Amino acid sequence: MEKIELKNTLPEVFALRDDVQSEIWHQDVTFERGHLYLIEAGSGTGKSSLCSYIIGYRKDYQGIISFDGKNIRNQTVGDWVDVRKRSISHLFQELRLFPELTAYENVAIKNRLTGFKKRKQIENWFGALGIGDKLHVKVGHMSFGQQQRVAMVRALVQPFDFLLADEPVSHLDEENGRVMSEIMMEEARAQGAGVIVTSVGRRMSMDYEKIFRL
Amino acid sequence: MSLVWNLLRQHVSVPQLVGFFFANLLGMLIVMLSVQFYRDVEPVFTQGESFIKKDYLIISKRMGVVSALGGRSNGFSRADMEEIEAQPFCKSVGAFTASRYKVSASMGVEGLGGMSTEMFFESVPDRFVDADMKEWHFEEGDLVVPIILPRSYLTIYNFGFAQSRSLPKLTEGIVGMVDLNVSLRGNGREGLMKGRVVGFSNRLNTILVPEAFMEWSNKVYAPVADGVPVRLVMEVDNPADDAIARFLQEKGYETEDDKLDAGKTTYFLKIVSGVVMSVGLLISVLSFYILMLSIYLLVQKNTVKLENLLLIGYSPWRVSLPYQVLTVGMNVFVLLLAVLLLMWLRNYYLDMILSLFPQMEEGGIWPSCTLGVVLCLLVSTLNVYAIRCKVMAIWNHKD
Repeated sequence: MEKIELKNTLPEVFALRDDVQSEIWHQDVTFERGHLYLIEAGSGTGKSSLCSYIIGYRKDYQGIISFDGKNIRNQTVGDWVDVRKRSISHLFQELRLFPELTAYENVAIKNRLTGFKKRKQIENWFGALGIGDKLHVKVGHMSFGQQQRVAMVRALVQPFDFLLADEPVSHLDEENGRVMSEIMMEEARAQGAGVIVTSVGRRMSMDYEKIFRL
Repeated sequence: MSLVWNLLRQHVSVPQLVGFFFANLLGMLIVMLSVQFYRDVEPVFTQGESFIKKDYLIISKRMGVVSALGGRSNGFSRADMEEIEAQPFCKSVGAFTASRYKVSASMGVEGLGGMSTEMFFESVPDRFVDADMKEWHFEEGDLVVPIILPRSYLTIYNFGFAQSRSLPKLTEGIVGMVDLNVSLRGNGREGLMKGRVVGFSNRLNTILVPEAFMEWSNKVYAPVADGVPVRLVMEVDNPADDAIARFLQEKGYETEDDKLDAGKTTYFLKIVSGVVMSVGLLISVLSFYILMLSIYLLVQKNTVKLENLLLIGYSPWRVSLPYQVLTVGMNVFVLLLAVLLLMWLRNYYLDMILSLFPQMEEGGIWPSCTLGVVLCLLVSTLNVYAIRCKVMAIWNHKD
């Protein structure tokens, strides 16, 4: 997948508003592979909605969203499964981890689907992110910040053209945030992928090529 | 798959599944057993004779004192036959044609002289006779007539006549090999022929010859031209149809064999098996309902997990698979267990039936097993489909 385009897109819940001031909504926006974007948003501006639309989780929007020129409303279930497995990796704001599985199992459940990374690599990432000792701890027993790092590792164990990171560092300190962004960008560069980061307040300090205000 | 299963087996309710298991086992066993029992027992009642096909009734007019003395005809007119043929239960009607000349037969047993008897012949259209057509055949010019005798004749000879005269007893095989000397007299002519007994019948209370022979012999030896038939053979769809009994009663006809009774017994057996099977099916349906409820509850409780799996790239198919394997596996296990139980129960009652009816041929368990497999496939398909729908509902829930 080379590009994600939004044409005049607007969440249906905003349809009755007169004062939509946004660089995303009701605009023509293109995200291209290999580039780094930041979407800055206040709360309630539809940031998570945007991610849900792109990942095919929700369809309650007006306008057109397309992958490489193809309207995503025409995608079949099989197409979406493919997109989620091979083209777009999503780091969910609400993480969507499985609390009854250990940190490693949470990553493995995705890696077994894609067969993309070796166990060694995953353990290295855990170590680098400062949670090497939590591999076999149930995610339900970990702090949100620790869970955020597990979710990031899970987002990386798949091939992707775009990485959609929804508030990835909201609960991380400066240092861990920096390590996380390094790992993320290293992997994205290796895959030649585009990265779209969203943030409400704190943001990853990186060299964004374009910043949108939502 | 094991990780996914680890996740999705959360909230699996063992008591619910055990409940389903036993309910389904019971339902399946009852359904299969009712079919199997019906198949095993039915031949006892319907074991037919080979000469007259199943589902044939022989009817005659009831003889009353008045009609017997008054010389009123007890034959069936053309109108009577047409009326019978028009009945919905009747597929076809054939008339018994009686010989209208004198017949006597003698059987010579070597060294003991012969015994001779006056007798008569009757015939029915060949399509009602289920004998081998090679043997059941007559053409003008043939000197041998095939004959079917009532088995009671042989019994009377063996246990009455032969016993009292110290004569050797005859088996059916021997009678079949003996040539009868048949003499036909009438219309001023006399003819001699050989008769060969090709079979014995319990059901057919007459001396039966091929219709071709009857036509020819009546033409040659009968002093009068034509007569009305006094007995009819009627082909019916279902001898147990009570409309038949009602019709016969109303018209004052009677049927001379026990086929209606056997038919009624079979009918009764069918009804009982049907009722038992319905109960089994009902239990099966209820157990299916329990399983679906249990699975729905499970899916409901695991909705978030299922949704997360779908969002990280698992296909609805992969996510449905564990629950589908669980239900189909249980269905198959239930089927296998039901077959084993069925075989065990069947051995038990078959011993009893075989000791009562040793001549009964033992059928296989394929009919009931096939039904079991069909039921299992049907239930499994519905389970698989329902689970798939439920998972798709989760996939689409934000639509």
